[in-house]
Amino acid sequence: MQILFHMGRYATFVIKVFGRPQKHKIFFSQISKEMEALGLSSVGIVAIISFFMGAVITLQTAYNIEMPLIPRYTVGVAARDTILLEFSSTIVSLILAGKVGSHIASEIGTMRVTEQIDALDIMGVNSAGFLVLPKVVALVVLNPFLVLMSMGIGIFGGWMAGSVSGEVTSAEYLYGIQYAFIPFYITYSLIKSVVFGFLITTISGYWGYFTSGGSLEVGRSSTKAVVVSSIQILLFNLILTQLLLA
Amino acid sequence: MIEVVNINKSFEGKEVLHNISASFTKGVTNLIIGQSGSGKTVFLKSLVGLHEVDSGEILYDGRDFINMPARQKKEVRQELGMLFQGSALFDSLTVEENVRFPLDMFTDMSLNDRRDRANFCLARVNLQNINNLFPSEISGGMQKRVAIARAIALNPKYLFCDEPNSGLDPRTAIVIDELIQEITREYDMTTIINTHDMNSVLGIGEHIIFIYNGQKYWEGSNKEIFDSTNKELNDFIFASKFFKKIKESGARI
Repeated sequence: MQILFHMGRYATFVIKVFGRPQKHKIFFSQISKEMEALGLSSVGIVAIISFFMGAVITLQTAYNIEMPLIPRYTVGVAARDTILLEFSSTIVSLILAGKVGSHIASEIGTMRVTEQIDALDIMGVNSAGFLVLPKVVALVVLNPFLVLMSMGIGIFGGWMAGSVSGEVTSAEYLYGIQYAFIPFYITYSLIKSVVFGFLITTISGYWGYFTSGGSLEVGRSSTKAVVVSSIQILLFNLILTQLLLA
Repeated sequence: MIEVVNINKSFEGKEVLHNISASFTKGVTNLIIGQSGSGKTVFLKSLVGLHEVDSGEILYDGRDFINMPARQKKEVRQELGMLFQGSALFDSLTVEENVRFPLDMFTDMSLNDRRDRANFCLARVNLQNINNLFPSEISGGMQKRVAIARAIALNPKYLFCDEPNSGLDPRTAIVIDELIQEITREYDMTTIINTHDMNSVLGIGEHIIFIYNGQKYWEGSNKEIFDSTNKELNDFIFASKFFKKIKESGARI
């Protein structure tokens, strides 16, 4: 019953979030602020994680392919497909669910318990739309760029690790990442990143918006936002994979 | 003028407000008093639409606030100003941006005009040279005054104050009370203040409603409160030895 209650309230909340903004000029200035707060501030962590994950994926693949009949460039193929299909969209979005999701839920939750949201409502401002819609637009727009960046850095990390360790030569790796390349994998990954960006912002906004109590509840909302966003990312990853790749 | 007719409100089957009716006239400070948990905050939040009442009517100058269409309700909301217990200033905005916020959202004034209006409102609450500070950088008393400045930025017809003195020292509390009373008279607003501060009751209680267990138990002014025979009101007002002695000494306002 609790799940049905939250699903219904979430649906109503999302409809409210997509209400017409009061002033477009203010709305667009908020989007640019949110892009900086949610997207640009995540560039560093996404870059670091992507580099090391790309390196580890390449080395693990190389250590596990020891049959002489399998060419070494297969390491490049496997690393590329893992990064493009799964790592850069899903894992990066899971990381963002933790970083951005907790930020959104705690920010909005604090505004709720300190009556700042009530102040907006009393003025006649659509508080859900005013606070959450700029975040949704910002992350939905920026998440695909973060994913593209992650793909590039991940593949670069793999190349570095392979070359430095001597497990795969540069020529083999570069041949592998171009071998039997399916461009749709990038489109598939970008579609997922848009959906995941939407899920992270709306779910985290939902938990923050309906916080009640004090600082303890803000912390709880923040945790719930991360847990529920992560589960939904995994669920929608399964659904989108079935829909787009089957 | 705000009229409230037989409003009832329950939370999960527990009745918080029971058949409350009252009239609040403009130009005077209307106080709602009562113990913590008596229902006065729910009452105030019901008046401004933050809680939906179960039954009854709320009339803003004859306009039925509960049953009016959403668009009209939005227009009425722009005639309301509210001062929250914790000030509710936006943390991410400076003092000036906080005061300018309703002007930015609801007017087509130029930036210079909006700045002028914000400065006028800040000057009206005796605040200067703090425009670029953030709420966390000013004192609690200053935050209350900024909140008052924000509340009057759009020239509201109705002002609601939820425990405006909470967390303030007695001297600052009196300054805030007097400021609210001055502004109420100056702008001829309908002001409703939720409080359990006895200094406010005696100082600016031109019209007082006492709520006990979600019901209206007494109505009158600060001049009449000392002579009330209502037991619940007397238990509340004269809970402190200081006020008990004042009553026994025969001193009156």
